[in-house]
Amino acid sequence: MIEVNQRGYYGEFGGAFIPEMLHPNIEELRKCYIEVSESAEFQAEFRKLLKDYVGRPSPLYYAKRLSAHYNTNIYLKREDLNHTGAHKINNTIGQILMAQRLGKKRIIAETGAGQHGVATATVCALMGIECIVYMGSVDIERQAPNVSRMKMLGAEVRPATSGSQTLKDATNEAIRDWINNPEDTHYIIGSVVGPHPYPDMVARFQSVISEEMLWQLKEQTGNEDPDIIVACVGGGSNAAGAYYHYLNKKDVRLVAVEAAGLGIHSGESAATSVLGTKGIIHGSRTLLMQTDDGQIIEPYSISAGLDYPGIGPMHAHLIDTGRAEAVSITDEEAVKSAFFLARIEGIIPALETAHAFSALDKIDYSKDDVIVVNLSGRGDKDLGTYVKYF
Amino acid sequence: MNRLDQLFKNKKKDILNIYFTAGYPNLDDTETIILSLEKAGADLIEIGMPYSDPLADGPTIQESGQVALKNGMTLPLLFEQIKNTRKKTEIPLIMMGYFNQVMQYGEEKFIEQCVEAGVDGLILPDLPLFEYEKDYKNLFEKNGLNISFLITPQTSEARIKKVDELNRGFIYMVSSAAITGSKKGISPQQIEYFERIANMQLQHPRLIGFGISDYETFSTACRYANGAIIGSAYIRALANSKNIEQTTLDFVSMVIG
Repeated sequence: MIEVNQRGYYGEFGGAFIPEMLHPNIEELRKCYIEVSESAEFQAEFRKLLKDYVGRPSPLYYAKRLSAHYNTNIYLKREDLNHTGAHKINNTIGQILMAQRLGKKRIIAETGAGQHGVATATVCALMGIECIVYMGSVDIERQAPNVSRMKMLGAEVRPATSGSQTLKDATNEAIRDWINNPEDTHYIIGSVVGPHPYPDMVARFQSVISEEMLWQLKEQTGNEDPDIIVACVGGGSNAAGAYYHYLNKKDVRLVAVEAAGLGIHSGESAATSVLGTKGIIHGSRTLLMQTDDGQIIEPYSISAGLDYPGIGPMHAHLIDTGRAEAVSITDEEAVKSAFFLARIEGIIPALETAHAFSALDKIDYSKDDVIVVNLSGRGDKDLGTYVKYF
Repeated sequence: MNRLDQLFKNKKKDILNIYFTAGYPNLDDTETIILSLEKAGADLIEIGMPYSDPLADGPTIQESGQVALKNGMTLPLLFEQIKNTRKKTEIPLIMMGYFNQVMQYGEEKFIEQCVEAGVDGLILPDLPLFEYEKDYKNLFEKNGLNISFLITPQTSEARIKKVDELNRGFIYMVSSAAITGSKKGISPQQIEYFERIANMQLQHPRLIGFGISDYETFSTACRYANGAIIGSAYIRALANSKNIEQTTLDFVSMVIG
């Protein structure tokens, strides 16, 4: 069984390696997150918002021309059609409801590509709660449309200027903010990373993706199980959601697609499963890119959402035990796939998601297989990058 | 006897612990800083192992760590420097860093190196009590290495008692909900917290850290605990220093008055 234990471990990965200053907040969450999020009252509000506000269920679309091209059967789980344009909102809806029940008056978040920041700013506007989003200065540059969206939604975007000035550093700054504001603030982490209970809590909120896949596949193929599920992994929240209800179905292959940047061994990469070793990042024992001396290495990817030197502890466990296969995709391959998908299916994917599509060129499959690619986000935010390749 | 335990046996109040980041401002300043601090009147010294992602630290210490790493500081080099300095002084030395650094070095090897180099204790703010008790307590105790845990204004009484049980050496009282170097002065709410802890009759001595920077904050902290810890303020003094020994003498005199 692949399940997190009481202390937040997936096998040897996970836990909560946090400074004492964060202990009361994390402990409060740990004690109540399952009970609160599974209560009938919470579920009723959560489900209603997912349906009426987010627009769920997201379609499962049989990509006919893409399937013909690859000579197999490819279905796209259309998380890009959610309100705000990505899967991120599933989690922020869940967490804002959690924050309200904990009596918190102020929300902080980190963001890489800006999708989580926008999703957080959105639910804060929806609930009338103050919102501060930390974002690396480099990411503020390359994801400008999302910065404007957050501002229009009333959030304050604070630049993280330390280190590589990307997602890792934005996360550090958000954690520091939480240390300074321990009583009135809830930290909405955007991925299945961080100290327990975050990885499990975020995975549960994202699990709606695979919950829908079960019945949608049954309806369309007669079988609720696909042969392969493909998802991109930065921290790993869309993958966690797409895998969740299939984790213990051993016949369903799970493919985790990482960013290889300029090439796995180029020194400019974020391919954690290949380059990572066991260690601690953002309060979690997991796989991360680091030096022999335990200093965290600054990663690189064209995609701000995959530009993270670690992966969530659940994915570390899945990859380490062989349950999931890791595939690494370069910037160039991802961009090529984005253009290909746009032309063959009329869908412009986010740069992050484009990596997942490139994996179709790398993995083994047969003609009769059913493959689900989790189309985690739309590419509007990345047009500034894409136009450079016209 | 562990030098820290010796210190706390002989001195019960006004204990001054000063933190510096190893490798800052220059790679080879470790010995000069330690010997200057001792000469100036510090009672124990906390050696920061520079880290790329120091979550509990504010900008001053983070920036000093970045400079130190850029200067080429590594753990093997630091142990070497401490070992050499130890030949010249018996002042209690503790190391402060993040648990990932210890993990990568190898937990057992790290602790053995500490003992060999003459380090008396560790502060690892992101190693929680639970993990320590489960996996590392025996290793520390077998090697006679002290460990200081943190408590904050938000730490529950039950948990403080647990800290007092597992702690070896001094308990690190974080003065307020903050990262290092971020607040100025001491508020009535903080005094209330200091008094509450003082009244708990804990078995271990307490040093107050975070936000202690000068004579006023140091002497206030010393009224409610066995002493206090200064970090960011000393780093800021070093940043503008032309002569480390003189800067250190001036700084410590300013603090102890």
